[in-house]
Amino acid sequence: FQNNITNRKVTSFYTKALRKIHSTDFEVHRNWLAITHSLPVSRWYHENTSEWTLDYPPLFAWFELGLSHAARHFDPDMLLVENLNYASPSTVLFQRLSVIFTDLLFIYAARECCRCVQDQKGSRDVLNRPSFVLAVLLLWNFGLLIVDHIHFQYNGFLFGFLLLSVAKHLQRQHLQGALLFSVLLNLKHIYLYVAPAYGVYLLRSYCFTQDNKDGSVSWSSFSPLRLLALGGIVASVCALSFGPFIAMGQLPQVLSRLFPFKRGLCHAYWAPNIWALYNTLDKILATLGVRLKLLQEAGLPRASMTGGLVQEFQHSVLPSVTPSITLVCTLLSILPAVASIWFRPRGARGFLRCLLLCALGSFVFGWHVHEKAILIAILPLSILAVENREDAGIFLVLTTTGHYSLFPLLFTPAELPIKVSLMLLFTIYSFTALRKLYSGRGSLLRPLESVYLLGLVGVAFACEVAFPLSPWQQKLPFLPLLATSVYCSLGVCYSFLRLYASLLRPPGKPKQP
Amino acid sequence: MQTWSLVSMCVLLGIVVRWGVSLNSYSGAGKPPMFGDYEAQRHWQEVTYNLPLQEWYSNTTENDLNYWGLDYPPLTAYHSLVCAYVAKTINPEWVDLHKSRGYESPAHKLFMRATVLVADLLIYIPAVVLYCLYLTDGSTKKKVCTVFCFLLYPGLILIDYGHFQYNGVSLGFALWGVLALGLGWDALGSLAFCLALNYKQMELYHALPFFCYLLGKSVKLGLMGRGLFLLVRIASTVLVTFALCWLPFLSDPGDAMQVVRRIFPVARGLFEDKVANAWCSLNILIKIRSILSSDSQIYISFACTLLAVLPSCVRLLMKPTFWQFKLALVRGIQLIILPLFLKDGLLVPYAVTSLAFLFFSIYLLSALEHCSEEELRLGAFHKLLFCLPKLDLFYISVSAMAGLSVVTVALVPPTHLPDLFPVLVSSTAFLHFLGTFIYFNIVQFSEPPSRKSQKKND
Repeated sequence: FQNNITNRKVTSFYTKALRKIHSTDFEVHRNWLAITHSLPVSRWYHENTSEWTLDYPPLFAWFELGLSHAARHFDPDMLLVENLNYASPSTVLFQRLSVIFTDLLFIYAARECCRCVQDQKGSRDVLNRPSFVLAVLLLWNFGLLIVDHIHFQYNGFLFGFLLLSVAKHLQRQHLQGALLFSVLLNLKHIYLYVAPAYGVYLLRSYCFTQDNKDGSVSWSSFSPLRLLALGGIVASVCALSFGPFIAMGQLPQVLSRLFPFKRGLCHAYWAPNIWALYNTLDKILATLGVRLKLLQEAGLPRASMTGGLVQEFQHSVLPSVTPSITLVCTLLSILPAVASIWFRPRGARGFLRCLLLCALGSFVFGWHVHEKAILIAILPLSILAVENREDAGIFLVLTTTGHYSLFPLLFTPAELPIKVSLMLLFTIYSFTALRKLYSGRGSLLRPLESVYLLGLVGVAFACEVAFPLSPWQQKLPFLPLLATSVYCSLGVCYSFLRLYASLLRPPGKPKQP
Repeated sequence: MQTWSLVSMCVLLGIVVRWGVSLNSYSGAGKPPMFGDYEAQRHWQEVTYNLPLQEWYSNTTENDLNYWGLDYPPLTAYHSLVCAYVAKTINPEWVDLHKSRGYESPAHKLFMRATVLVADLLIYIPAVVLYCLYLTDGSTKKKVCTVFCFLLYPGLILIDYGHFQYNGVSLGFALWGVLALGLGWDALGSLAFCLALNYKQMELYHALPFFCYLLGKSVKLGLMGRGLFLLVRIASTVLVTFALCWLPFLSDPGDAMQVVRRIFPVARGLFEDKVANAWCSLNILIKIRSILSSDSQIYISFACTLLAVLPSCVRLLMKPTFWQFKLALVRGIQLIILPLFLKDGLLVPYAVTSLAFLFFSIYLLSALEHCSEEELRLGAFHKLLFCLPKLDLFYISVSAMAGLSVVTVALVPPTHLPDLFPVLVSSTAFLHFLGTFIYFNIVQFSEPPSRKSQKKND
């Protein structure tokens, strides 16, 4: 494993050292460094000199404060709030180094996960062991590489917490796992999506210390002590994070920053979820309606959904979708999964599966989902993929589709060779490594899935090469994004359904070939 | 895992590293009036596209040879012409005669970098892959690791994709030549090497081993019969290749002479820019430049170069095995020139790629027990340098290089010795070169290591 760590470090250093391009996320974090360093705590969530206001929970703000003290030694000017879009070489260097440094946590978490993976007996050489394959799949994950090191975010750091917490649960150290998850929640509240999995699992499998013979809950084995311990952990972490703001009475302001529902149903580039399909259907129906003279064109709302701006908008033909509808859909989608680990707990791996389904469910049905959120599903799925054959097949579909959907994040021609090469690198590795791991028992993918993935190549070629050179580039500039969204959402929704099937299938029933 | 997947992953990684380096700044970026090698290549595209062939190498009103005049053989010029045609279709401003001097833009940088990558993909990378897969011994894993190390060699990447040059083309052609010779296709090998020579005259460093190996092989086959036939075939291949490359210039001998004058500028001194060779190092001790006249400097350097490579070539003549040939080729090692990279702002990529390369080669090659002591004949080497045990020698050299790198960056040289660090670097590099030179001489003159290599004898 040591080798892999260093490989990864070198890679991160490469990507950092060789990338001088930075994105808006870069300015976002620079702004937060400035805010937390230069302003008193009471102003943090009120400050709006820059459009990139602080919208992560307070623990992340404390983290940025810590970073800003190190930043002072690189370039103090980046810590001035007025220096909007300030990007001196030392600033870039510092920011990139901070991502690499915090990635150490991710590396440690990956190592812990690899230790939980059961290695089969037998003299396999290192490269074919499941733990090695998992290490590579986690550390060299294409999505994480481009989002963190090319684009710029601290996802490696955050996923480190998530994976470490999962690893602790797999190792039956539930209190540590709970602690890590509460810290994670207070660092980035998007992980609320998977909180139901944690809540139900811990309640069912940790607070009730025993099960009845038939697997149902044994009410008498409830341990209030454990519940108190869990509650105490969560409460203390939240107190540490939110405490000062509650004391200052700023809680409503903080919450309004954290949950800005004024943003639209979809991001500028539609994440590949069900609403992308819904929007497309709406558009098609609207166009058809106008063509068939069933609708008045003037009566339709302006087509701003595809204009690339983040606004509120209405659907033309189908009913408009509000945040509450998405919330209900999300809750409905994760209900069977959560219920399943309550009524039929399958240990830590069942919990992992439920976590995956919560993450995917909220991705598919959520409000204003960013396509980066697919990583919350992909990374934990890697753990299951190296242990279970069916999961490996689902992993290949979901990962390839999810990673391809990240392509529009890097849109300049300069980045094209890098994203294509890295994507091919990861895809070739994942296919060949997993195939080798499960060799001798037929193909991992069903024929339809293979056709779908090959179709991705066609879509990629069309969007990256053919379309920019064609005459439609001027008239319909959003078409490649639309095509990517729609095509990928098919794959994502399909993987969601297949994962559900594997969870809900009664244990012992042989799976379909 | 299957070979093709491993090899394709290595190639993809190589591409990622190359493109990543190319996103950094290039030689002479933003530095008028002369800029750097990048501007030289762009200027050659301008010259070859707009001017008739006879004027490419001559000093005319349209073509000022003082501003990056062409000084590589004709194949480079043809390559620039092809690139110029592409450039013209994308944006004519890039190759406008006179007006495009010093043209710099992000789109143009992308185009130029893309031409280097395309040339590499077409010529250098396939040669490396085929060479490592077919002409190296060992298990698949070992071969893939060799591909990996080859493709990640920092010197070439930094010079081609950072500084800006097309060394990949000439090295690629030379490697195709080696590949063909290894497979026994001597005529094709000579063809490839002639192409390499006609691309960059620096390949002359490798010409002697090629010549001696082929001559030795022909002699071995018997000068009355198959050997003579082989010799005639090779000679005619060489002549035809040269003729084809120089065809447009042969109509007027004056043109051809002008080209030769540009390619071999003996008017320049023995060393430029503190290059890592013997003369630069010797200059510290004896001020050669001031003692000898320019002409005698040339003769002495020629003589010394010949003397240095003579033993290995003689050995190759007497024992023309492919293994010996490969060893003789090692003479042409490219040395990393740190100050040059510093000038181009490539320090960080240099550090990263060197570290990575060092790490990977140490780990991979030692893990595969590539470097067992017998194979490397280090016993004999030890006897020469009995004071230093093997491991320490390696780490000393690595730490020396690392230390020099750090010092060159972090410290300011004393004012009375402004070029202290570049000179130190080139001297150290020369010492390394000398060491490896001696070592390989020892290896070449001792017995072939094992029966495995005997199979390579033809």
